[in-house]
Amino acid sequence: MDISINLADGVPIYRQIVNQVKYLAASGLIKPGEELPPIRTLALQLKVTPNTIVKAYHELEISGVVQKRQGSGTFISDARPQLALRQRRRVIEQRIDGLLAEAHQLNFTTDDILRMVRERKAAMDESGEEAAEEKKEAGR
Amino acid sequence: MEHAVVDVNELSRSFADKIALDGVSFRATGGQVYGLVGSNGAGKTTLLKHLLGLLRATTGSVRVFGLDPVRDPVGVLGRVGYLSEERELPEWMSIDELMRYTQAYHPGWDAAYARELLDTFALDPRKKIKELSKGMRAQAGLIAAVAHRPELLILDEPSSGLDVVVRRDILDAVVRAVADDGRTVIFSSHLLDEVERMSDHVTLMHQGRVALSGVLDDVRREYQRSRVRFAEHFDRPPVIETALMIEGGGRSWSVVHSGSLEQFRHAVAARGGEIVESRDATLEEIFLARAGRGRAQAEAA
Repeated sequence: MDISINLADGVPIYRQIVNQVKYLAASGLIKPGEELPPIRTLALQLKVTPNTIVKAYHELEISGVVQKRQGSGTFISDARPQLALRQRRRVIEQRIDGLLAEAHQLNFTTDDILRMVRERKAAMDESGEEAAEEKKEAGR
Repeated sequence: MEHAVVDVNELSRSFADKIALDGVSFRATGGQVYGLVGSNGAGKTTLLKHLLGLLRATTGSVRVFGLDPVRDPVGVLGRVGYLSEERELPEWMSIDELMRYTQAYHPGWDAAYARELLDTFALDPRKKIKELSKGMRAQAGLIAAVAHRPELLILDEPSSGLDVVVRRDILDAVVRAVADDGRTVIFSSHLLDEVERMSDHVTLMHQGRVALSGVLDDVRREYQRSRVRFAEHFDRPPVIETALMIEGGGRSWSVVHSGSLEQFRHAVAARGGEIVESRDATLEEIFLARAGRGRAQAEAA
């Protein structure tokens, strides 16, 4: 699972995990029914005390993002959590703030950035179509 | 109350005329990871040696599994795994001999786990301890400390002087001890990011005393770091109530403080300043504020 811990921003580690799993679930990057890594596996991956993972999973369970199944693991709930518009905006705005700060450092204007965002999107759409084509080819 | 794995009460200890521990109390319960931090000479190693019965309390009491480690070394040490900072190991033995020697003292020795770790670390069991590199010594010492699956694992500066690969090996062993067996781990470290990641509880020692101790997330919540701007230019750090450490210059200062943000806001306003931004302090900032030179500066100011 794609989670990263940042010790510098002052947010407790378990909360960083909760926020990122919520984000991954809400954005569809992990799907309903998908299993979260076992506590030991994620603790080894992130190099954190296993109790932090226990705490994070427990909090995710209380907020309905995941379900524990008896005798097996922890799974993403079927009802995808809908982040409120305000929360969704905040996620994106934080990214934008970082982008703008970096752009300023590197001498790009806001107009440059807007243009580049559209260009990237176009390039992604194109390569997405190509990939779909390749898939079709391979399927034949 | 939950039965304590470790219960140290008002422990004091002097060497000649130097006070090494001064009224230290420390408790550890099962299945938790305890990080011990503090400058060199703060008393971390001395405290850990008392848990192992290597030192006798001058005053106060030490109990491990409810037993006195000095009076009942067999009852305690058989259930404890220990990796010392100096990694004292019998130099003349081969790794294989070290394994068999350690096994003899520990009925719970898990030979399959020991073999697995030897393989993971790519250690040659025929090699003599004295031929090993620093990293290999740590790995051999680690296997000897964890392969009997001890109820309590004590690691004194386990990362000291090691490269990132061996540091990971040690952290992995800690995670496995807690996740697989619900064991208790006490480790001292000067690497604060490691402590921040690996600890459920943190204890900061300073000059032989416990400067602060508690659940890591709770401890962190009690301290904030704020950026502050003043109308007036200050050549020396301005005095602000609840401030523990102040850095900066002129009109802009960065302050680590405890207590409520509201209280701090008032204190700053009293000096003609305002808070630009606030966040929870990192463990390193708390450490420096409570045990570093910044503390002396803030107090002198």
